[in-house]
Amino acid sequence: MSETARVSLTLNGEPRTVEIGAGRTLLDTLRWELDLTGTKECCAAGECGACTVYLDGEAVNSCLVLAAEADGREVTTIEGLGSGGRLSRLQEAFLETGAIQCGFCIPGMVVAADALLRETPRPTLDEVLQGLSGNLCRCGGYTRICAAVLRAAGAADVTG
Amino acid sequence: MAPRRGDSRADSRADLAATVGRPPAASAGTVVGRSLPRREGPAKLTGAARYTDDLIVPGAWFGFTLRSTEAHARLLGLELDPAFDWSRVVVVTAAEIPGENVVHLMADDQPALVADVIRHVAEPVALVAAADPATARAARDAIRLRTEPLPAILDPLASERAFARYEIGRGDVEAGLAAADLVVEGTYRVGYQEQLYLEPQAMIAVPGEDRGVTVHGSLQCPYYVHAALARALGLAGEQVVVIQEETGGGFGGKEEYPSMLAIHASLLALRAGRPVRIVYDRHEDVAATTKRHPAVVTHRTGVTRDGRLVAQDVDVVMDAGAYATLSPVVLSRGAIHAAGPYACPNVRIRARTMATNTPPNGAFRGFGAPQTEFAAETQVNRVAEALGVSPLELRRRWAYRPGDVTPTGQVLRESVGAGVVLERVAEAADYEPVRARTAEARMARATRPAGARTDRLDGRTAHGIGLALAWHGAGFTGAGERFLASVAGVERSADGQVLVYTDSTEIGQGARTVLSQLVAEALGVPAEAVEVAPGDTSVVPNSGPTVASRTTMVVGGLLIRAAERLRADVEARTGAPFATSYRTDAAQAGRVRFDEQFEGYPGIVWDDATHRGDAYPAYSWAAAVAEVDVDLDTGEVRVGSVVAADEIGRVVNPVLAAGQVEGGTLQAVGYATIEELQARDGRYLNDRLATYLVPTAVDAPRIEAILLEEPFAGAPHRAKGLGELPMDVGAPAVIDAIHDATGAWIAELPATPERVLAALEAREGRR
Repeated sequence: MSETARVSLTLNGEPRTVEIGAGRTLLDTLRWELDLTGTKECCAAGECGACTVYLDGEAVNSCLVLAAEADGREVTTIEGLGSGGRLSRLQEAFLETGAIQCGFCIPGMVVAADALLRETPRPTLDEVLQGLSGNLCRCGGYTRICAAVLRAAGAADVTG
Repeated sequence: MAPRRGDSRADSRADLAATVGRPPAASAGTVVGRSLPRREGPAKLTGAARYTDDLIVPGAWFGFTLRSTEAHARLLGLELDPAFDWSRVVVVTAAEIPGENVVHLMADDQPALVADVIRHVAEPVALVAAADPATARAARDAIRLRTEPLPAILDPLASERAFARYEIGRGDVEAGLAAADLVVEGTYRVGYQEQLYLEPQAMIAVPGEDRGVTVHGSLQCPYYVHAALARALGLAGEQVVVIQEETGGGFGGKEEYPSMLAIHASLLALRAGRPVRIVYDRHEDVAATTKRHPAVVTHRTGVTRDGRLVAQDVDVVMDAGAYATLSPVVLSRGAIHAAGPYACPNVRIRARTMATNTPPNGAFRGFGAPQTEFAAETQVNRVAEALGVSPLELRRRWAYRPGDVTPTGQVLRESVGAGVVLERVAEAADYEPVRARTAEARMARATRPAGARTDRLDGRTAHGIGLALAWHGAGFTGAGERFLASVAGVERSADGQVLVYTDSTEIGQGARTVLSQLVAEALGVPAEAVEVAPGDTSVVPNSGPTVASRTTMVVGGLLIRAAERLRADVEARTGAPFATSYRTDAAQAGRVRFDEQFEGYPGIVWDDATHRGDAYPAYSWAAAVAEVDVDLDTGEVRVGSVVAADEIGRVVNPVLAAGQVEGGTLQAVGYATIEELQARDGRYLNDRLATYLVPTAVDAPRIEAILLEEPFAGAPHRAKGLGELPMDVGAPAVIDAIHDATGAWIAELPATPERVLAALEAREGRR
């Protein structure tokens, strides 16, 4: 922790700068330096997807990304989805289909699903299953999460 | 319309999007029976929900645990590296525990920290805390344990020390077996299963005035933690406050273990004089916390030539691990369910749970029943094969009906759903027609010309369909609910709010939503008008632990009665319906609260010493049909679909209930196919998420949940338990489907490719 790095990034649309230990991950930086605790730590090894965030528009496991790599780039977390305190269409669909149980996978799952729909606005069920296969849920059967994504895909405005 | 058999996953897209989220058919009241959205759903969707590690606690230090590395050893001492700067950390050992060095639960045999003898490889020996995690970890690594090894017992069958033994039975088993035309014998093994709640164990302790402590944690049972803290810290009850934060899954894994964690965090916090947080990483969580008990179950089943069940002799051995934890009651539930839901005049169930030098096993959804019901159901399917009868037909003859008597001597008076779940699942899954087709395909493969071994290299898969039936007693076993004497209350506050008081926790299963629906219905108000008080022991009463599929049935029943008293009280004063008068009444009458205490279900009698009587006030019933494809070259099993029918008395929230069935079914499919925790020398080998595999979205079968209602008159809302039930029935259905596909029986879970190939080889060797 002796070496520190200065990282400037655009976080959920706002410019932010932090001084951090050079080895600090983006996940730890979000949670411990920037107080954005919506992004969850579950395995810290890139196995579960609970820490999924957008980095320059691409969904990544933030536990596998050094914060320094985010310097000069755009990061969007679960707190940055939706708008004006309203749930996004995708988030609404999660609520309507009963896709949420304990909720710990949900922030990462929602970001991953949002990314999937940006890439493939009208996915098949197989594309949804493949697209979310890096995000573990232990409470449900994935059926309702898939249904939520498909339902959101049926609406024109996915993320708004 | 649910996705139909034969639909490809892609084809069922439209169906899925349209139907999921719509309630399955169920009896709907004005509030109860409706799929109201999860109350804390929006907070969970936006990242606003606060789980324990999300709490920002200024000045809190980070705690870590030094664990043993030996399965059995005498602890001679701890050596602190003199080169390390110990002024920056606090260290706690057994000698510094102010109260009793025990994690209070049942037997009180487990120390919070090892004092003299190490009994398993992950046992906590010392605690350290520092202002930052790196310093605390470095301090932990600078402590060396001096030990003297002792011989370790790792095999429960070689252990001579039992934490509990039971013998349950009726009739004369030996005479029954002697009179049988056919006796089928079988031995079944199940391994560990890890709960793998996605939120790891987490606890923050904050020292208070007068040596007291407040803990915030991820937990199922606030008052378990409360009692354990008071005991270990030597505090009076009022000096201890336990607050449940948003909890990222439990499945039993946060039933008893959080007590250990709360003691550890509190010891450090009191020592440091500042808040201390302990949050396990995934590796520590898997390596050190409780698992589902491994078990060996042996059956001898006697039947007549015409297919009557005349005798069942069952022997159950569970591996408890190093300390008793909940093993006596896990074993009890496992034993009571071990003969399956079948009427039999002569039954003997002998069960024991043995001490080994391995990390203690504990609660996990199903609590002993998934182990014994896997064995019982596979045994019944093997008897069906031996008799040349369809597994469905055999169960139609044998399954409990009202008036039948269980092995403990309980007469099943009402709400017996075995028949209805069987018929509905068979119909929905098209069971017999599909089974006829798989039988034809199997016959075609078997009648290929000699040298058929080469057909293993064709790269073909074999399709199979399997059936299982299960029962699950709702609530604590035997006299447990009477001993708990749970309390729950409903308040109309002075400012006109309706508040529910219970320590039943929301852990993802939907308790917060379901309990508020029950209270709203009883009061005649919309569910949104009812708030649930925070899970804080200084605020809510002890409603018993959030376990044993008891929350909706037992605590829900108490809350309805409390709400009915509140409603009558307000209406007597106002002469108007509660809904229109409770707010204005608040101005005059102020705060009004009614608590209800559990006093027992009518006519339920149990003798703990003999394990005879009414083991549970009611049972829930499930049947499942699984379809699998088995790769005959690699032994890989792909579960394509599971249709599950669950009869639970009354469905309070259909979408939440279906979610329980779907999630429990997927955990059962994982148990049956891929979830295997290997151990050597008392240590888990694959104790990371990269190596302990659980089902992902692409592994998951299509799951169809059918909810059925056979009302339970003992509860005011007619509801029974659900949470654990789906876990009992999925695995044997999958194993039966593998047999249907290949003709090979898998007698040990999970059905890994290695075990499937070995079973195929053994079968071919026989031919």
